[in-house]
Amino acid sequence: MTPQLIIFFALAALAVGGAISLILQKHPIHSALSLIVVMVSLAGLYLLMGAEFVAAVQIIVYGGAIMVLFVFVIMLLNAGIEEHTSLSKLAGVPGLLLALALTGFIAATIARSTDTVQAAAQPGNMASTRDLSAMIFKDFVYPFELTSFLILVAILGAIVLAQREKARA
Amino acid sequence: MIPTNYYVMLSAILFGLGVLAFIFKRNVISIFMSIELMLNAVNLAFVAFSQAMHKLDGQVFVLFVIVVAAAEAAVGLAIIIVTSRNRQSLNVERVDLLKL
Repeated sequence: MTPQLIIFFALAALAVGGAISLILQKHPIHSALSLIVVMVSLAGLYLLMGAEFVAAVQIIVYGGAIMVLFVFVIMLLNAGIEEHTSLSKLAGVPGLLLALALTGFIAATIARSTDTVQAAAQPGNMASTRDLSAMIFKDFVYPFELTSFLILVAILGAIVLAQREKARA
Repeated sequence: MIPTNYYVMLSAILFGLGVLAFIFKRNVISIFMSIELMLNAVNLAFVAFSQAMHKLDGQVFVLFVIVVAAAEAAVGLAIIIVTSRNRQSLNVERVDLLKL
Protein backbone atom coordinates (compact mmCIF):
# COMPACT_ATOMS: atom_id res chain seq x y z
CA MET A 1 0.00 0.00 0.00
CA THR A 2 1.85 3.06 -1.23
CA PRO A 3 1.00 6.55 0.08
CA GLN A 4 -0.42 7.39 -3.37
CA LEU A 5 -2.85 4.49 -3.15
CA ILE A 6 -3.95 5.55 0.36
CA ILE A 7 -4.61 9.11 -0.88
CA PHE A 8 -6.51 7.70 -3.87
CA PHE A 9 -8.78 5.57 -1.70
CA ALA A 10 -9.39 8.42 0.75
CA LEU A 11 -10.38 10.80 -2.06
CA ALA A 12 -12.43 8.11 -3.82
CA ALA A 13 -14.32 7.36 -0.59
CA LEU A 14 -14.94 11.10 -0.13
CA ALA A 15 -16.26 11.41 -3.70
CA VAL A 16 -18.55 8.37 -3.45
CA GLY A 17 -19.74 9.45 0.00
CA GLY A 18 -20.56 12.91 -1.32
CA ALA A 19 -22.47 11.41 -4.26
CA ILE A 20 -24.49 9.13 -1.95
CA SER A 21 -25.17 12.10 0.32
CA LEU A 22 -26.41 14.04 -2.74
CA ILE A 23 -29.03 11.34 -3.28
CA LEU A 24 -30.07 10.96 0.36
CA GLN A 25 -30.33 14.63 1.35
CA LYS A 26 -33.86 15.96 1.17
CA HIS A 27 -33.08 19.66 0.91
CA PRO A 28 -31.52 20.89 -2.39
CA ILE A 29 -29.02 23.13 -0.57
CA HIS A 30 -27.62 20.08 1.27
CA SER A 31 -27.41 18.25 -2.07
CA ALA A 32 -25.49 21.22 -3.51
CA LEU A 33 -23.00 21.18 -0.63
CA SER A 34 -22.51 17.40 -1.11
CA LEU A 35 -21.83 18.02 -4.80
CA ILE A 36 -19.14 20.56 -3.85
CA VAL A 37 -17.46 17.83 -1.73
CA VAL A 38 -17.49 15.51 -4.78
CA MET A 39 -15.97 18.21 -7.01
CA VAL A 40 -13.19 19.12 -4.59
CA SER A 41 -12.24 15.46 -4.09
CA LEU A 42 -12.19 15.00 -7.87
CA ALA A 43 -9.84 17.99 -8.09
CA GLY A 44 -7.59 16.15 -5.60
CA LEU A 45 -7.67 13.08 -7.84
CA TYR A 46 -6.65 15.22 -10.84
CA LEU A 47 -3.70 16.53 -8.82
CA LEU A 48 -2.79 12.94 -7.99
CA MET A 49 -2.78 12.16 -11.72
CA GLY A 50 -0.51 15.13 -12.46
CA ALA A 51 -3.15 17.23 -14.20
CA GLU A 52 -2.57 20.43 -12.23
CA PHE A 53 -4.28 22.83 -14.61
CA VAL A 54 -7.43 20.71 -14.85
CA ALA A 55 -7.50 20.48 -11.04
CA ALA A 56 -7.29 24.27 -10.73
CA VAL A 57 -10.01 24.78 -13.35
CA GLN A 58 -12.16 22.16 -11.61
CA ILE A 59 -12.04 24.08 -8.34
CA ILE A 60 -12.34 27.58 -9.85
CA VAL A 61 -15.04 26.89 -12.45
CA TYR A 62 -16.97 23.93 -11.01
CA GLY A 63 -16.52 24.37 -7.28
CA GLY A 64 -16.55 28.14 -7.56
CA ALA A 65 -18.62 29.55 -10.41
CA ILE A 66 -21.12 26.79 -11.27
CA MET A 67 -21.91 25.76 -7.70
CA VAL A 68 -22.28 29.39 -6.58
CA LEU A 69 -24.81 29.77 -9.42
CA PHE A 70 -26.68 26.69 -8.15
CA VAL A 71 -26.71 27.84 -4.52
CA PHE A 72 -27.76 31.31 -5.67
CA VAL A 73 -30.74 29.94 -7.62
CA ILE A 74 -31.75 27.60 -4.77
CA MET A 75 -31.84 30.56 -2.39
CA LEU A 76 -33.49 32.87 -4.95
CA LEU A 77 -36.35 30.43 -5.55
CA ASN A 78 -36.55 29.56 -1.84
CA ALA A 79 -36.49 25.84 -2.64
CA GLY A 80 -37.83 23.69 0.18
CA ILE A 81 -37.69 20.00 1.07
CA GLU A 82 -38.67 17.96 -1.96
CA GLU A 83 -41.96 16.12 -1.90
CA HIS A 84 -42.39 12.54 -3.05
CA THR A 85 -45.74 11.23 -4.22
CA SER A 86 -46.57 7.54 -3.82
CA LEU A 87 -46.15 7.10 -7.57
CA SER A 88 -42.63 8.56 -7.57
CA LYS A 89 -41.69 6.25 -4.67
CA LEU A 90 -43.02 3.32 -6.66
CA ALA A 91 -40.99 4.36 -9.70
CA GLY A 92 -37.85 4.36 -7.54
CA VAL A 93 -37.75 0.54 -7.33
CA PRO A 94 -37.31 -0.18 -11.07
CA GLY A 95 -35.13 2.94 -11.23
CA LEU A 96 -32.76 1.54 -8.60
CA LEU A 97 -32.58 -1.79 -10.44
CA LEU A 98 -31.92 -0.09 -13.79
CA ALA A 99 -29.20 2.15 -12.34
CA LEU A 100 -27.54 -0.86 -10.68
CA ALA A 101 -27.73 -2.78 -13.97
CA LEU A 102 -26.15 0.14 -15.86
CA THR A 103 -23.31 0.48 -13.34
CA GLY A 104 -22.73 -3.28 -13.38
CA PHE A 105 -22.65 -3.30 -17.17
CA ILE A 106 -20.12 -0.45 -17.32
CA ALA A 107 -17.98 -2.05 -14.57
CA ALA A 108 -18.05 -5.44 -16.36
CA THR A 109 -16.98 -3.82 -19.63
CA ILE A 110 -14.09 -2.06 -17.88
CA ALA A 111 -13.04 -5.24 -16.09
CA ARG A 112 -13.01 -7.11 -19.42
CA SER A 113 -10.91 -4.46 -21.19
CA THR A 114 -8.33 -4.20 -18.39
CA ASP A 115 -5.52 -5.73 -20.44
CA THR A 116 -6.23 -3.55 -23.47
CA VAL A 117 -6.00 -0.36 -21.41
CA GLN A 118 -2.80 -1.40 -19.70
CA ALA A 119 -1.25 -2.51 -23.01
CA ALA A 120 -2.12 0.82 -24.64
CA ALA A 121 -0.43 2.73 -21.81
CA GLN A 122 2.70 4.33 -23.17
CA PRO A 123 5.87 5.09 -21.29
CA GLY A 124 7.04 8.67 -20.94
CA ASN A 125 6.66 11.67 -18.72
CA MET A 126 3.38 13.40 -18.08
CA ALA A 127 3.18 16.60 -20.11
CA SER A 128 3.10 19.96 -18.37
CA THR A 129 0.65 22.85 -18.36
CA ARG A 130 2.89 24.53 -20.97
CA ASP A 131 2.23 21.67 -23.39
CA LEU A 132 -1.47 21.84 -22.58
CA SER A 133 -1.62 25.54 -23.48
CA ALA A 134 0.33 24.90 -26.70
CA MET A 135 -2.18 22.19 -27.58
CA ILE A 136 -5.23 24.37 -26.89
CA PHE A 137 -3.94 27.39 -28.81
CA LYS A 138 -2.41 25.45 -31.74
CA ASP A 139 -4.14 22.13 -32.39
CA PHE A 140 -7.51 23.01 -30.89
CA VAL A 141 -7.65 26.72 -31.71
CA TYR A 142 -10.85 26.55 -33.81
CA PRO A 143 -12.84 24.55 -31.23
CA PHE A 144 -11.49 26.96 -28.60
CA GLU A 145 -12.80 29.96 -30.54
CA LEU A 146 -16.12 28.17 -31.05
CA THR A 147 -16.50 27.72 -27.29
CA SER A 148 -16.25 31.49 -26.85
CA PHE A 149 -19.14 31.80 -29.30
CA LEU A 150 -21.03 29.14 -27.31
CA ILE A 151 -20.52 31.13 -24.11
CA LEU A 152 -21.79 34.28 -25.86
CA VAL A 153 -24.95 32.45 -27.00
CA ALA A 154 -25.43 31.05 -23.48
CA ILE A 155 -25.18 34.55 -21.97
CA LEU A 156 -27.75 35.86 -24.48
CA GLY A 157 -30.04 32.89 -23.83
CA ALA A 158 -29.89 33.31 -20.06
CA ILE A 159 -30.63 37.05 -20.33
CA VAL A 160 -33.54 36.55 -22.74
CA LEU A 161 -35.08 33.77 -20.63
CA ALA A 162 -34.78 35.65 -17.36
CA GLN A 163 -36.12 38.90 -18.83
CA ARG A 164 -39.21 37.45 -20.46
CA GLU A 165 -41.58 38.31 -17.62
CA LYS A 166 -40.55 41.98 -17.67
CA ALA A 167 -41.00 42.27 -21.47
CA ARG A 168 -44.53 40.90 -21.28
CA ALA A 169 -45.67 43.28 -18.55
CA MET B 1 1.48 4.49 -9.79
CA ILE B 2 -2.22 3.83 -9.47
CA PRO B 3 -3.74 1.57 -12.16
CA THR B 4 -5.96 3.36 -14.69
CA ASN B 5 -8.69 0.84 -13.96
CA TYR B 6 -9.18 2.18 -10.45
CA TYR B 7 -9.91 5.63 -11.80
CA VAL B 8 -12.24 4.32 -14.49
CA MET B 9 -14.07 2.11 -11.97
CA LEU B 10 -14.54 5.14 -9.68
CA SER B 11 -15.80 7.08 -12.70
CA ALA B 12 -18.32 4.30 -13.46
CA ILE B 13 -19.53 4.26 -9.83
CA LEU B 14 -19.96 8.06 -9.79
CA PHE B 15 -21.81 7.92 -13.12
CA GLY B 16 -24.14 5.23 -11.76
CA LEU B 17 -24.82 7.32 -8.66
CA GLY B 18 -25.55 10.29 -10.93
CA VAL B 19 -28.08 8.21 -12.90
CA LEU B 20 -29.63 7.05 -9.61
CA ALA B 21 -29.92 10.64 -8.35
CA PHE B 22 -31.44 11.65 -11.71
CA ILE B 23 -34.15 9.00 -11.28
CA PHE B 24 -34.81 9.48 -7.55
CA LYS B 25 -34.82 13.25 -7.25
CA ARG B 26 -38.05 15.16 -7.69
CA ASN B 27 -36.69 18.68 -7.31
CA VAL B 28 -35.69 20.10 -10.69
CA ILE B 29 -32.54 21.75 -9.27
CA SER B 30 -31.43 18.45 -7.70
CA ILE B 31 -31.98 16.71 -11.04
CA PHE B 32 -29.80 19.35 -12.69
CA MET B 33 -27.10 18.74 -10.07
CA SER B 34 -27.13 15.00 -10.81
CA ILE B 35 -26.41 15.84 -14.47
CA GLU B 36 -23.37 17.81 -13.28
CA LEU B 37 -22.30 14.75 -11.26
CA MET B 38 -22.46 12.58 -14.40
CA LEU B 39 -20.40 15.14 -16.35
CA ASN B 40 -17.81 15.09 -13.56
CA ALA B 41 -17.63 11.29 -13.68
CA VAL B 42 -16.95 11.41 -17.42
CA ASN B 43 -14.26 14.06 -16.88
CA LEU B 44 -12.51 11.73 -14.44
CA ALA B 45 -12.43 8.98 -17.08
CA PHE B 46 -11.06 11.46 -19.66
CA VAL B 47 -8.18 12.53 -17.39
CA ALA B 48 -7.45 8.91 -16.38
CA PHE B 49 -7.10 7.83 -20.01
CA SER B 50 -5.08 10.96 -20.80
CA GLN B 51 -2.67 9.98 -18.04
CA ALA B 52 -2.52 6.35 -19.21
CA MET B 53 -1.77 7.27 -22.83
CA HIS B 54 0.56 10.17 -21.94
CA LYS B 55 -1.38 12.34 -24.36
CA LEU B 56 -2.98 15.67 -23.54
CA ASP B 57 -6.07 15.36 -25.75
CA GLY B 58 -8.10 14.04 -22.83
CA GLN B 59 -7.28 17.04 -20.67
CA VAL B 60 -8.16 19.46 -23.48
CA PHE B 61 -11.50 17.68 -23.84
CA VAL B 62 -12.11 18.03 -20.09
CA LEU B 63 -11.64 21.80 -20.42
CA PHE B 64 -14.19 21.88 -23.26
CA VAL B 65 -16.62 19.77 -21.20
CA ILE B 66 -16.27 22.23 -18.31
CA VAL B 67 -17.01 25.17 -20.66
CA VAL B 68 -20.09 23.41 -22.02
CA ALA B 69 -21.22 22.55 -18.48
CA ALA B 70 -20.92 26.20 -17.46
CA ALA B 71 -22.97 27.34 -20.46
CA GLU B 72 -25.51 24.60 -19.75
CA ALA B 73 -25.79 25.63 -16.09
CA ALA B 74 -26.40 29.27 -17.04
CA VAL B 75 -29.14 28.50 -19.57
CA GLY B 76 -30.66 25.63 -17.57
CA LEU B 77 -30.95 27.65 -14.38
CA ALA B 78 -32.56 30.51 -16.33
CA ILE B 79 -35.13 27.99 -17.65
CA ILE B 80 -35.69 26.72 -14.09
CA ILE B 81 -36.32 30.28 -12.88
CA VAL B 82 -38.89 30.85 -15.66
CA THR B 83 -40.73 27.54 -15.07
CA SER B 84 -40.82 28.05 -11.31
CA ARG B 85 -42.31 31.50 -11.93
CA ASN B 86 -45.01 30.02 -14.16
CA ARG B 87 -45.77 26.91 -12.06
CA GLN B 88 -45.07 28.21 -8.53
CA SER B 89 -43.26 24.92 -7.85
CA LEU B 90 -39.90 23.21 -8.36
CA ASN B 91 -41.38 19.71 -8.41
CA VAL B 92 -40.93 18.09 -11.82
CA GLU B 93 -44.26 16.30 -11.50
CA ARG B 94 -46.03 19.66 -11.58
CA VAL B 95 -44.47 20.51 -14.94
CA ASP B 96 -46.76 18.35 -17.07
CA LEU B 97 -48.17 20.61 -19.78
CA LEU B 98 -46.96 18.27 -22.54
CA LYS B 99 -48.42 15.19 -20.82
CA LEU B 100 -51.53 13.58 -22.30
